[in-house]
Amino acid sequence: MKLLEDGSVLDGFRVLSCLHSGGMAHIYRVVYADGTPDPGFPMAMKVPRMASGDGAENIVSFEVECHILQVLSGPQVPRFVANGDLERVPYLVMEYVQGDTLEHWLDQPEPQDEATIAALGMAMARAAHALHKQNTVHLDLKPANVLLRESGSGLQALLLDFGLSHHAHYPDLLAEQLRKAVGSPAWIAPEQVVGVRGDARSDIFAIGVMLYQLCTGHLPFGAPRTPAGLRQRLWADPVPPRKYRPALSPWLQEVVLRCLEPEAAKRYPSAAHLAFDLAHPAQVQLSARSHNTLPTPFRTHALRWLKAAGMHYQPSPIASEQISEVPIVMVALPYENATDATLYSLRQAAARSLGLRPGARLACVTVIPEGLTNTSDEARSETSVHRRYLAWLHHWAQALNYPGHQTSCHVLESGNVAQVLIDYAVGNHVHVIVMGAATHGLKTQRLVATVPIKVAMAAPCTVILVKQALPFAHLGSVGGLDEGEASG
Amino acid sequence: MRIAVLSDVHSNWHALEACLDHAHSQGAQAFAFLGDLVGYGAYPAQVVERIMALADEGALVIQGNHDAMAVSPPTALTHVGDHGAAWTHAQLSPAQRAWLAGLPLTVQQGPLLLVHASAERPERWRYVTDSLAAQHSLDAASAQWPEVRYILGGHVHQQTLYYRGADKRLMSFAPQAQVPIPVPAHRQWLATVGSVGQPRDGRTEAMYALLDLGRAHLHFFRVAYDVAAAVAAICAAGLPPFFADRLERGQ
Repeated sequence: MKLLEDGSVLDGFRVLSCLHSGGMAHIYRVVYADGTPDPGFPMAMKVPRMASGDGAENIVSFEVECHILQVLSGPQVPRFVANGDLERVPYLVMEYVQGDTLEHWLDQPEPQDEATIAALGMAMARAAHALHKQNTVHLDLKPANVLLRESGSGLQALLLDFGLSHHAHYPDLLAEQLRKAVGSPAWIAPEQVVGVRGDARSDIFAIGVMLYQLCTGHLPFGAPRTPAGLRQRLWADPVPPRKYRPALSPWLQEVVLRCLEPEAAKRYPSAAHLAFDLAHPAQVQLSARSHNTLPTPFRTHALRWLKAAGMHYQPSPIASEQISEVPIVMVALPYENATDATLYSLRQAAARSLGLRPGARLACVTVIPEGLTNTSDEARSETSVHRRYLAWLHHWAQALNYPGHQTSCHVLESGNVAQVLIDYAVGNHVHVIVMGAATHGLKTQRLVATVPIKVAMAAPCTVILVKQALPFAHLGSVGGLDEGEASG
Repeated sequence: MRIAVLSDVHSNWHALEACLDHAHSQGAQAFAFLGDLVGYGAYPAQVVERIMALADEGALVIQGNHDAMAVSPPTALTHVGDHGAAWTHAQLSPAQRAWLAGLPLTVQQGPLLLVHASAERPERWRYVTDSLAAQHSLDAASAQWPEVRYILGGHVHQQTLYYRGADKRLMSFAPQAQVPIPVPAHRQWLATVGSVGQPRDGRTEAMYALLDLGRAHLHFFRVAYDVAAAVAAICAAGLPPFFADRLERGQ
């Protein structure tokens, strides 16, 4: 369709101005033509350049975007307003969001510091996770499609352009029997190269490419123009970011390279896991590659090349199911006066929640009251108090450290135990909270008894309240503990 | 307009009533029955009576292979289904048999084409179990009725939606029950709506679909019904126990 004049009216919407004139579509700022006020936010209209008669691929992706945007919700996506009949007047009206895309951060003369990179990565990972929970995989994440804005809790990413996305509940109009790569060459995941559409871990790869760009200013695999160039990422490791930026922290290199693993199963199992690592640099498990500054040797690449030559299409798991198989389990331990029975029972419950699936991760949390630390007293300084509790948490968690489960420990400081636990669960996309059903310690009993109830009521996820029981309770020596504590 | 599309009722009165109730609750304004009204179940006469009454009110009904078999059952009993056909034949009144015998093999109305099996030689009752068979059905339908957009069928007792992928070849899609799927009319769609009275995917819930032509949405539904009652009736009627077992197992 040709460019619409300012002031012209299309299907009840008046065009104010053209915001963007792209290769695929024009985007206009619009209002309701009959004077109805905006629906609580400004509106933008996207009109594809080609009419449906052309039968070109961009009209299919426009159709895909119309279908998917209608069913998505949350602050990570522009809100849907209306769409026009594809055969009559194809258009899509949605929320007009102002802000800079990630390109703005990449265009800065100086590279971003690590804290900013982590904040940007977290925002992207959280937005992608919110999408995956709705059974949608974006499949075209790139700097131009990530818009960042300030929100109350830091940077928030809004994802744009769902023209290549995949929704597990809809027929995939972009799928083909002879599967071809669909996506933007610099950012698409290896499995997309061989035609796999719908794996949530493809978005994690794309975020990895953007993190690599933020760290180094380079694209990890260039911007290939040939199928052979695209297939390179099926076997090749990128040059380690620390080769370009020697001062880069090993933990950040570890995170970036894990996102860029050629095999999806070796990447973060969900975007929430990626966000978790970016939020807790000190807890990232470092492997040998975290310090690398040299490229992967030829021999390793040659062997992987052989393996990749046989890589072929496999159907993707459904995104939301895939996520629920790799839960983030949070266990809240009382910071003092916990009986052996309590600690034992919590450990049992945490182990059951983690299950046998590799990829699940455990976050052990304890909340200490404010005032326990003291800036003037060295023995009670924040660092030493936290260190003491961290060591205790690590000790508790050691028995749970099965291979394939990642465990991290966190000491939080707050006077409001329930709220800080809930905030932590929300912020880290925790799937299951495990905590004691009763509270311990006489002094705080009256107050703390309400903590499990408060958490259970306000938490966004499953909460398991554990009753304490020692395995040898039947010996009689510690009998009666259960009733006594539970009534507290 | 919202049209409820039910196929392969197979004399399962309990499943039929549950689906009709469900369709009413979903705002269905019209009904279409894609054949195999009878066979296997214990209520052939009641099911045919109900659907004849709905046909008088405007419901579209076509014939399936089991309907044809009930009209003229095979004389030699070589297959477990043959026994059922003779029993069903005896249960139906002459008027009901005549009505079944007179049902068309296809009905085409605007963008809709109803056919029990494949639109390619409907009388052959070819199963549409993959995208190649779906392609043949769609090609045959388009050749005869170029305006057809929605080809709805049964026969295979599975809910599947076939559509054209980016390379214009047919792809199959396993729908999620209850989720409305956009099926805009600028594309062609072929759906097998599953079986009301004889689900065979390991689940016992009855299957049907609702096509909303105004909004261009297709919903596939699963509806729980009184399986125990349907099973008890099959046993009481002296039909082969296998017919009862498979309802309980959804096989």
